[in-house]
Amino acid sequence: MRLVARTRKTSRVREAMLPVAAVLASLVICGLLILIAGANPISAFGIMVSAAFGGKFALTETLARSAPLILAGLAALVALRTRFWNIGGEGQILAGAMASAWIGALPNLPAPLLIPCMIVGAALAGAALAALPATLKLKLGVDEVVSTLMLNFIVMYVMMALLSGPWKDPLTGWTDSPDILPAAEFPTFWRGTRLHLGVLIAFGAVVVIGVMLSRTTFGLSMKIVGENPKAAKHAGLNVARVTLFAALVSGALAGLAGAGEVGGTQFQVIASISSGYGYAGIVVAMLARLSPAGVIPAALFLAALTTGADEMSRQTSVPFFIADAMQGISLIAVLVAMTLSRYEIKFDSFERASRS
Amino acid sequence: MNIIDIGFFAAAVRLAIPLLLGTLSELTSERSGTLNLGIEGMMLAGALAGFSTAAATGSLWLGVLAAIATGAAIGAIMAVLVLILRLDQTVTGLGVSMTATGLVFYSYRLAFTETGTPPSITPFSTIAIPYLSEIPFLGPVFFNQYALTYIAYLMVPALAFFLYRTPAGLALRSVGENPQAAAAAGVNPIRVRFLALLFAGALAGLAGAYLNLAAFGSFTFGIVAGRGWICLALVVLGRWNPFACAAAALLFGAVDAFQLRLQTSGSVDLPYQLFLALPYAATLVAMIFNGRRTAGPAALMQPYDAERR
Repeated sequence: MRLVARTRKTSRVREAMLPVAAVLASLVICGLLILIAGANPISAFGIMVSAAFGGKFALTETLARSAPLILAGLAALVALRTRFWNIGGEGQILAGAMASAWIGALPNLPAPLLIPCMIVGAALAGAALAALPATLKLKLGVDEVVSTLMLNFIVMYVMMALLSGPWKDPLTGWTDSPDILPAAEFPTFWRGTRLHLGVLIAFGAVVVIGVMLSRTTFGLSMKIVGENPKAAKHAGLNVARVTLFAALVSGALAGLAGAGEVGGTQFQVIASISSGYGYAGIVVAMLARLSPAGVIPAALFLAALTTGADEMSRQTSVPFFIADAMQGISLIAVLVAMTLSRYEIKFDSFERASRS
Repeated sequence: MNIIDIGFFAAAVRLAIPLLLGTLSELTSERSGTLNLGIEGMMLAGALAGFSTAAATGSLWLGVLAAIATGAAIGAIMAVLVLILRLDQTVTGLGVSMTATGLVFYSYRLAFTETGTPPSITPFSTIAIPYLSEIPFLGPVFFNQYALTYIAYLMVPALAFFLYRTPAGLALRSVGENPQAAAAAGVNPIRVRFLALLFAGALAGLAGAYLNLAAFGSFTFGIVAGRGWICLALVVLGRWNPFACAAAALLFGAVDAFQLRLQTSGSVDLPYQLFLALPYAATLVAMIFNGRRTAGPAALMQPYDAERR
C-alpha cells in the first residue's frame, strides 16, 4: 500500500466537502457504537439533535458551549498555520481562567474596570504561557510539542495546588476558588439564556483572526512561514518574530477561552474548568481545515456532540463517553480525508513501496 | 507514620515499573523516528483489556497477553495512519489517544454499569527471589516484587543490547536518524518503523496491564492518569538511552510514592500536587539546560516518503 500524489488539482467544492465526509464517516461509527450499547441509532441521533438544536434553550446552550471551543480552535489554528505545534492550549486556557478569577475577585478595583481587566489579564496570561515554549524553540531549539505538553500538566497541578491550598474555602473545605464579584460576572445579551459576553468575544475573534490572516501583512507572513520557512527566510521575513507573534496570539486566544468560562459560566475556578477544551481545539482547527470561518461549524459540531450525548446518556443505555470517542474519531477521519484528497492509495506490496 | 522507610522504596519501585515500561515503549518508537503521542491511549486500552480478560477468564497471564495484543493493535493502527498515510504524527497521536480513551471509558461503562459492583480480580502477588531478596535494603526493595517487575528489569539491558549490538537495532536507529541513507543501504524504513510501533504498542499495553493486574488490582477511570505523558517526558530526560531512561523512571517512581505518602499521612502540610508536577517541570528544565542536545533522533517526526530524496 502506498500513496501517490494526485496529478489533477482537486476542485474547491470537493475540498470543502472533505470535513463533511469525515463527520459523516464518524457518525456512522458512532451509530455502530450506539448499536453495541443496545440502543436504536436513529432514535438516539434524534435525541441528540433535539437536545442540541431543538428550541431556544437547547440552541443557546449549544452556542454557549461552543464559545470556548471556538476560541481554543482559533488558538490551535493560528499556531498550526505557522507550524508552531502549540498543544499547550489546555494550560493556556487554565492560565487565563486563573488570571480572570483572581482579577474578578479583587475588591479594590473600580467595578466598571473589572470585566475589561479580566479579559485583558486572561489574554496576557495565556500569551505569557505560550511565549515561554516559543522563546525556548527560537533561542534554544527546544521542541515545542513536548514543552507545550509539559506546561499543560505543570499549570494544571499548580492550579490544583491553589484550589486545595490558598483558594480553598476555609469554612466548607470546597476546592473551588472564591466567587468573582457580582460586577465581574459577564453580562448576558439575551435574557433567560446563557449567551454571555464570552460568546460574543468568541464570535468576534473569528472575524478578527479571519481578517488578520487574510488581510494583514502579519497574517500573510504567518502563512508563508507555515508553508515554507526556508522560502520565508529568503524572502527576508523575520521567521522568529513571526513565530513568536503567532504563539502570543494563539496563547491569548486560549486565555480568552478561560476568561469566558470563569466570567460567563462558572464565576470561579473549579478543577474541571476546562475539561479538555485545549485538546478539543486541535480537533476544531483540523475539522475547520485551518480556516477561521470553518471554526464556527466545527466548534458547533463538537458542542452539539456533548450536549447531545449528555441527554442521550440520560434517556438511553448509551454512556456519555461516546462524545469523547467521537471527538477523536472525527479528528482522525478528517486527517485521513485530507490526505486522500491529495493522494491516491495504490495497493502493492511493502517491498515495492519502499524501492520505487 | 514515617514517610521514608523500606516500604517507601519498595513502593517507589512498584510505581516506577509502569513508567519504565512506557518509557522503553516511547524510546523504541522515537528512536525509529515516530513520536508516539498515542501512548496514553495505548496504556489505558491495555489496562482495560488486561483487567477485563483477567476478570472473565480468571487468568492473570491471559490478561497480560490481551493487554499486549491490544496495545500492539493500536500501534498497528497508528502505524498505518502515520507511516503509510503519512498523517502528521503530533495531531494523529493526540487523536489516537483521545479515541482510545473515549472508547475505553465507553466500553467500561457498557460492561460494568454505574450501579453494579465492578468485578474484582486477585492481583499478582510478589515473588521473593531466593538469596537476592535477602540482601539488606536492596533485597526487599528490588527483589521482592511481581513477576512483571522482573520482566521489566530484564527489558532494560535487553533493549539496550538490541539497539546497540544487533544489526536490527542499528537499522532501527538509522531509520530514526536518516531514513534516506538507511533505505540506500537496503533497509526498508517503513517496515522498520512499523515494527517499532507494534513493539511500542505492545510495551505500552503491558505497562497498562501492570497498573491494574499488579500495582492496584482494579480498574478505575484515572488508572493511567497521565502516566503515558510522563513517559514522553522521561524519554527526553533519559536522552533516548535505555539505562538513563530506567534511572529517570525510578526517580519519578520515588516522587510518585512520596506524594502518595504525603496524601495519606496528612501530617505534613505540603501540597502534593506540586510533586505530581515535578516530572514535567524537571523535563522542561532539562530541555532548557540541554537545549539542542535534547532534540532526539534527527528524523523524529519526519515522515518517510520513498519518492522524495
